[in-house]
Amino acid sequence: MPGQDIAVVGFAQSPNVRSSEATTNGVEMLVPIFHELLASTGLSKEDIGFWCSGSSDYLAGRAFSFIAAVDAIGAFPPINESHVEADAAWALYEAWVKIRTGEVDTALVYGFGKSSAGQLRRVLALQLDPYTVAPLWPDSVGVAGLQARLGIEAGSWSEREMAEVAARSRAAALDNPHAQLSGVVDVEQLLAAPYLADPLRAHDCAPITDGASAIVLASGERASQLCERPAWITGFEHRIDSANLGARDLTTSPSTSGAGRAALNGKSGVDVAELHAPFSHQEIVLRQALQFGEQVRVNPSGGALCGNPMFSAGLERIGHAASQVHSGSAGRVLAHATSGPALQQNLVCVMEGSDS
Amino acid sequence: MSRHLAAVLGTGQTQHTTKRTDVSMAGLCREAIDRAMADAGLDWPDIDAVVLGKAPDLFEGVMMPELALADALGAPGKPLLRVHTAGSVGGSTANVAASLVQSGVHRRVLAVAFEKQSESNAMWALSIAPPFSMPVGAGAGGYFAPHVRSYIRRSDAPEHIGALVAVKDRRNGALNPYAHLRQADISFESVRSSAMLWDPIRYDETCPSSDGACAIVLGDEPTGDAARNPVAWIRATAMRTEPTTFAGRDQVNPQAGRDAAAALWRQAGITDPYTEIDAAELYVPFSWFEPMWLENVGFADVGHGWKLTESGETEIGGQLPVNPSGGVLSSNPIGASGLLRFAEAAMQVMGRAGEHQVDGARTALGHAYGGGSQYFSMWVVSSTKEW
Amino acid sequence: MTATSSASIGSAPLRAPLDIGFDYTRSLGPLLSEFMTGLAARRIHGVRGSDGRVHVPPVEYDPVTAEALTELVPVAAEGTVLSWAWNPEPLDGQPLSSPFAWIFVRLDGADTAMLHALRVESSEQVRTGMRVRVCWAERPVGHITDIACFEPANGPASEQPAAEPGEPVTMMTAPVHLRYQHSVSAEESRYLRGLAEGRLLGQRCPVCGKVYIPPRGACPTDGVPTEGEVELPDRGVITTFCIVNVPFLGQRITPPYVAAYVLLDGADIAFLHLVLGCDAEDVRMGMRVKAAWRPREEWDTTLRNIDHFEPSGEPDAPFDSYAQHL
Repeated sequence: MPGQDIAVVGFAQSPNVRSSEATTNGVEMLVPIFHELLASTGLSKEDIGFWCSGSSDYLAGRAFSFIAAVDAIGAFPPINESHVEADAAWALYEAWVKIRTGEVDTALVYGFGKSSAGQLRRVLALQLDPYTVAPLWPDSVGVAGLQARLGIEAGSWSEREMAEVAARSRAAALDNPHAQLSGVVDVEQLLAAPYLADPLRAHDCAPITDGASAIVLASGERASQLCERPAWITGFEHRIDSANLGARDLTTSPSTSGAGRAALNGKSGVDVAELHAPFSHQEIVLRQALQFGEQVRVNPSGGALCGNPMFSAGLERIGHAASQVHSGSAGRVLAHATSGPALQQNLVCVMEGSDS
Repeated sequence: MSRHLAAVLGTGQTQHTTKRTDVSMAGLCREAIDRAMADAGLDWPDIDAVVLGKAPDLFEGVMMPELALADALGAPGKPLLRVHTAGSVGGSTANVAASLVQSGVHRRVLAVAFEKQSESNAMWALSIAPPFSMPVGAGAGGYFAPHVRSYIRRSDAPEHIGALVAVKDRRNGALNPYAHLRQADISFESVRSSAMLWDPIRYDETCPSSDGACAIVLGDEPTGDAARNPVAWIRATAMRTEPTTFAGRDQVNPQAGRDAAAALWRQAGITDPYTEIDAAELYVPFSWFEPMWLENVGFADVGHGWKLTESGETEIGGQLPVNPSGGVLSSNPIGASGLLRFAEAAMQVMGRAGEHQVDGARTALGHAYGGGSQYFSMWVVSSTKEW
Repeated sequence: MTATSSASIGSAPLRAPLDIGFDYTRSLGPLLSEFMTGLAARRIHGVRGSDGRVHVPPVEYDPVTAEALTELVPVAAEGTVLSWAWNPEPLDGQPLSSPFAWIFVRLDGADTAMLHALRVESSEQVRTGMRVRVCWAERPVGHITDIACFEPANGPASEQPAAEPGEPVTMMTAPVHLRYQHSVSAEESRYLRGLAEGRLLGQRCPVCGKVYIPPRGACPTDGVPTEGEVELPDRGVITTFCIVNVPFLGQRITPPYVAAYVLLDGADIAFLHLVLGCDAEDVRMGMRVKAAWRPREEWDTTLRNIDHFEPSGEPDAPFDSYAQHL
């Protein structure tokens, strides 16, 4: 099938931390992970056919904040490069398309963000309609709370199920050395905590996280040379929903369903899924949209609830999912990334080992 | 994996001007989109994916405006990508859209780029001085003027070359109904007597600040073959980046631009761009960048670009008309400026450039650059599939 | 936007507040203009979508067909809460400064929900399905904040009658003021602390050996941090320059003045600074210059400690000596 020849062959990330000393141009977070990634694949920067990154000027508080990030590459001689103002999962998509044109056979994709530099939930209000919504400064937690209650009252999920997502995520993150939050927590205990923004409690909301991550893509034989068990991309799709929050059924995610259907292309039996859900109820929305059965292991990394580095958290999901293939512990994996308020935009990447 | 053919099926642009206070951001985009769709003879259900390009979000005060614009872009239920590569973004937007077709992923793609500079003040957004920095305070002209001086020194160019470019581009702009500045009466003398803003750059040698948008519709080979009107076949695309500053960087003739051009000509099978290209839309926000880019992309030898300009060969009717649309010197909606170059190149080979049509143009270059002359994107389009 | 004065203490990366603010001016276009003009007269309009649904607030383009929507429909200033979320700590710019509920409210006559704020004392007073009505701003101007907030519809309504629409509202202002904590790299911090002592401290890239001032978190050509300490003299050569004749907001010197790239002796990269102390017309590429420092008591962790560069009186540097820095 188309696209079968491109694989994730390497992944590296910085630790997810509440507040990094790094600059908002990402250089300090990126330098070590580029070195790690190139060393692990045996590539040099000159071997990389295409570079693509994702980041946000509003996270940094100034225009053209991504420009200095190429210093971390050592981008001379000049590089074949592009940038998306979105989570780097979309940069990975652009790179995957680039490889499919046949112009290049490798790509290095990175995302970075220092959410702690500003007031994240207020900054994100600037993603809303600039005429009739953003001037009210609805913060991202408030918007998520409106979505959560819709589902609670429609019977699509409960506060207990939301707490169960949080507890499972924290426990899974014990195995993820880069996670910001982890631990064994009791659902009853979580439910006994006061609301942060009724109906959301602290455990329902992703923490504020600084971080960066990077992935190497390669095609065909090149991929097999670079990685013992490449995570072959068998489906890569993304969709967006209307910006009109009040006209959407926020208890569902048609863009996730559409992207998932197209990316899976009739296949079933995903072993592991990494879902980018910054709020606990959003994981439930996504599982429902992707029609996951009980057998799918969701977010063995702990997911965004244990570390949500803006503009790289989606790429990180793809990296963690690919790692499951690299290690041989999963055959088919699905990774998801989201962007925009209340899961407006969603991306699904399905990867497989060679023998699945 | 191999490259599929892709074609520009239609183009559209807004009326560019200082303040488009008659429309919202969505309305501005749609003015260009609706024209591009009509030019392509397509409707919304025909579009598989949308790519939006725009320079910094701080210009409009909207974070990732493609999210709020999704409905206006006809994107719900479809893939929507947002590209941002500084001033070259419009060109990158076209190239990314082209790759969606060239990869075989999509059949028909809408690419849109816009800037509504009047929502704020670009000078403000670009001159936010972070703590600990020492702004010398000169604006975009102040950034580029020293490099223009370096060019003049290195090439021994006579100082009137910049004015020649300004006169040519503004007169060309007068032939373009969408241009922001349409100055048929501009003269060499009037440019030479305009205020010296950033010595050696004069007022009439600088681009305006514009609101505007541009859109193109791309299709795959069967769609291009079936189109009722002539299409522009995308023959090659290239993008290159280098750091803003580094020890020994050539800021007059940046390596990234030379590398992008070399890759472009190689991919297009062009060995002598000067004779093989019929029209070029170069990103020239300050007049002197015409001779600088003529050398950088390989139309002229190093140090000789100004001679080409001086000879008149870059005028409409010359061997290599440069910016027959009037270029960035006549309209500069920053994020859209690159896509306008790419669209205008396509319009030339489609034979739909109206009064600024270059007779018999079959192969054309679209070019954009951004940041501190460090981001480059280019494409070559042709009127036929065989070249 | 000033650097912290205590910054010279310690060795952690320097950080300081970065506030950005602009009052954006948005043109509305015909549909939103009519909506805002209505708000100024305490009237609310929705727009009919291609599927017949009435969207409030109105949307310019249909979410399903993307067609431009034009048919405005008056709706009531009262409606039903579809969902809510408590906001215990309101942020700058939000409709209310004391705790309130964000609500999705479907106004009577509308089919879609509007996001706004509900004024109640506590979360106990909010429930889905409750009836709420608009509290108008005292002086509506044609802005979404003319709807100051919503309030429960059970109490007595205040006297806020609708008026006849006035002059069309075509523009709106959207103030965007954000506060950030800006930090610089450890390498640059070292250089800035050096400046506070009147020293110019560069660093060398361990790969290419080039001397960078300011030092870099990553050498732009090699991708590794610059290292060590290379103290540079406060004199050098002007590689290239421009004469700024443009007046602009916040300018500290009256034009004309010279903005020049200064390559310090021993450095491999030039930086932009001011050149004063001679007529702008006399500045040349290759001119030798020296730093004019501000009085020591004004020094801080910034290059502003050097007020400007001025001619040193030495003979000009030959073109070839700096040609590779242009």
